[in-house]
Amino acid sequence: MEISNLDLKIWRGDSSGGDIVSYRVPVREGMVVLDAVLWVQANMASDLAVRWNCKAAKCGSCSAEINGFPRLMCKTPITEYGASLTVRPMQAFPIIKDLVTDVSWNYEVNKQIPPFTPSEKDATSSEPWRMQQKDVERVMEFRKCIECFLCQDVCHVLRVHDAKSAFYGPRFMVRIASLEMHPKDALDRRPMLKGKAGVGYCNITKCCTEVCPEHIKITDNAIIPLKERMDDVYFDPIRAIAQRLGGGSKRRPV
Amino acid sequence: MDLLSAATYETVETDVLVLGAGGAGLRGAIAAAEQGLRVLIVCKSLLGKAHTVMAEGGVAAAMHNVAYQDSWEVHFADTMKGGKLINNWRMAELHAKEAPERVLELERWGAVFDRTWQGRIHQRPFGAHTYPRLAHIGDRTGLELIRTLQDRAVHAPGVEVHMEVNVFKLLKANGRIAGALGYRRADGSLILYRCAALLLATGGTGKMYRVTSNSWESTGDGTALAYEAGAQLRDMEMMQFHPTGMVWPAGVRGLLITEAVRGEGGVLRNKDGERFMERYDHERMELSSRDVVARAINSEVMAGRGSPHGGVFLDITHRKPEFIKSKLPSMYDQFLKLANVDITKQPMEVAPTIHYAMGGLRVDAETGATTVPGLFAAGEVAAGLHGANRLGGNSLSDLLVFGKRAGEGAAAAAKADAKAAQAALDEKEVEGAIAALMAPLDRPAGESPYKLMAEIQEAMTKYAPIVRDGAGLDAGLAAIHEIGARAAVCGTGGSKTLAFNPGWHTSADLRSMLVNAEALLRGAIERKESRGAHARSDYPKTDDQLEAVNFIAEKTADGMRVTADKRVPMPGYLADAIHRSYARYTPEETE
Repeated sequence: MEISNLDLKIWRGDSSGGDIVSYRVPVREGMVVLDAVLWVQANMASDLAVRWNCKAAKCGSCSAEINGFPRLMCKTPITEYGASLTVRPMQAFPIIKDLVTDVSWNYEVNKQIPPFTPSEKDATSSEPWRMQQKDVERVMEFRKCIECFLCQDVCHVLRVHDAKSAFYGPRFMVRIASLEMHPKDALDRRPMLKGKAGVGYCNITKCCTEVCPEHIKITDNAIIPLKERMDDVYFDPIRAIAQRLGGGSKRRPV
Repeated sequence: MDLLSAATYETVETDVLVLGAGGAGLRGAIAAAEQGLRVLIVCKSLLGKAHTVMAEGGVAAAMHNVAYQDSWEVHFADTMKGGKLINNWRMAELHAKEAPERVLELERWGAVFDRTWQGRIHQRPFGAHTYPRLAHIGDRTGLELIRTLQDRAVHAPGVEVHMEVNVFKLLKANGRIAGALGYRRADGSLILYRCAALLLATGGTGKMYRVTSNSWESTGDGTALAYEAGAQLRDMEMMQFHPTGMVWPAGVRGLLITEAVRGEGGVLRNKDGERFMERYDHERMELSSRDVVARAINSEVMAGRGSPHGGVFLDITHRKPEFIKSKLPSMYDQFLKLANVDITKQPMEVAPTIHYAMGGLRVDAETGATTVPGLFAAGEVAAGLHGANRLGGNSLSDLLVFGKRAGEGAAAAAKADAKAAQAALDEKEVEGAIAALMAPLDRPAGESPYKLMAEIQEAMTKYAPIVRDGAGLDAGLAAIHEIGARAAVCGTGGSKTLAFNPGWHTSADLRSMLVNAEALLRGAIERKESRGAHARSDYPKTDDQLEAVNFIAEKTADGMRVTADKRVPMPGYLADAIHRSYARYTPEETE
């Protein structure tokens, strides 16, 4: 359906509160929600706060909730919504202003995850490493993550229960999976998964997978395998007996 | 004015201050921290969102994993020929020699590249590279690079990051860099940074054009700040049009289509179905250098042989759908989502889009030192490596090679003169800069900075397009001066708030854009020839006399002055490398 004007409703406000404000935006062919928001900024509300960078779904800056669904504004054509749509900031993070939220917690979490660490042998070898394509493809899926934090936004552990001190959230399960499954990584992050990272908090509702703009199968390919790895070492009775008999893991635990 | 008094800023001290958190800034920060110094990275956006994430095709390095004949000499020769020989030859030499080591180092830090069947890093062919040379990860190499460097940097001892802070002034004491002034985007609060050395890694200037692949950040802050601090700019007339930007729908015009589409076999056709590159570069065809392909597309459109929306067709449908989806996943996704085009079945419509500034700060090849003591630069903000035209893939390798070198350079300078961070600053200068930043907030009725920005973009698009002429460039300069006068008294678009006020932020960005626009136009006026990205209809031939010349812009009491600077000729072994390398036909030579 062709429309000449869009009724764009944007949440305006700050940490002390706010409200929905309506703007009439002339529609251009191929317009995405971010275009409409930036049009409002340039023509009607010069101080409308919004994050964006690449406008090509590669940087993950313009995350917002469009009609209640977490999406990237740059990748959402307005034609999906007809004559009216509502944009709100992500709800899981403290508001700064308008569509801009304080996502600094995510950066703190990332710092706590021990970085890529190769084995002593790999680290000191002077030869370029050899890896097979099929082995690296497994982690490539996780490394597609653009850190838009939409998965964090939709995760009920973080969003509804605000349990940020107990669970790192889907983004960082993906991050940990990308390290744990890297063919050359030699660190054991399972104690961390069970402890501070709190992988047990995920109860596999798969909402994160549903909102991922990079189509990473967060739950199936990252979180469930991590849960299995953790269970293996902590909750497998046969493994526990075997370990007591002296067959411990050779990997360095965190 | 009282709310702006100097007492309102917080002071933060560090050893090496890095402006910009793209590939060059992060690599520089890692290098400086390895020297045991405190490093503070200041960036305009969130960490990891810098323009580097948009780099798609790959990182050029002569590792000869795919083509065993490749060597640093051939990479050097390709870079020099692509840059039409006005490159800083020493930079091109260092770059070609060190890029493989930097790529392998990235892998040691956890980056995951596509592999050859033998398990080595795979390398894909790219425009004007003699051999397949680009290490890559599908079409999201930049993201892999920035994520790897980001994780390395935040876990490096001594490195701190200030996100969403704009720096609006560089400060000197005793003739050398001693600090910078910035404001937090979230609340407008001011920070006075004190440092013993400063590394600029602020990226490019593309936002001064309307159709560009660049984000809001690319306003050329680094070049402008350094220019104001007395640094010399070089080759500013050299602005790259990427041949393939999206043209339709209107909302996505300018969005980049990676050169990897052509690297993986994509062909260009005009509306008559003719593979027109045959007429412009019959040997290299679609994989000719970017300046040649961009001009060819422009010529086809001008001659009325364009596509319905004013571009040409880029077709990769002869490749298998699975191949396209695995090698070009984000392109497939981008077209399906934004243009409703399935690139495995339909051709893409493409036209040139502003992409990369080859010009920038004049730097020392070994250390990245600018002409201002204590001030260093690396990445797109620095000039020299790419000359008159950058080859695809040479940007990511540039970031790694010269990010490291400039980080080490800055660290050495900071160690040599650690007291610079405590040297007395000119209080008047500090207060004057703060007052100028804040002034638009006091002019609510002043002109909208968004409108002025659009006018700069219109002027540059009109007067400094893909093919330029003297009269147009003169008119452009007049237009930029006129807009500049209005920008000096502009408002914020209506709001006086300090809290995340993009209108106010834009008023500050205008100043950077105006300096860059003026430098581009003045350089283009002086360079009376056609060379690389700089094409003039009134001087259509390449002038051999100008091969040894770079145009340098600097600030004087009477405003910007551009002078011709003669380069030292390259040593024999490098000249030989160019002559020895596979003698390729380059269209410019026979035109």
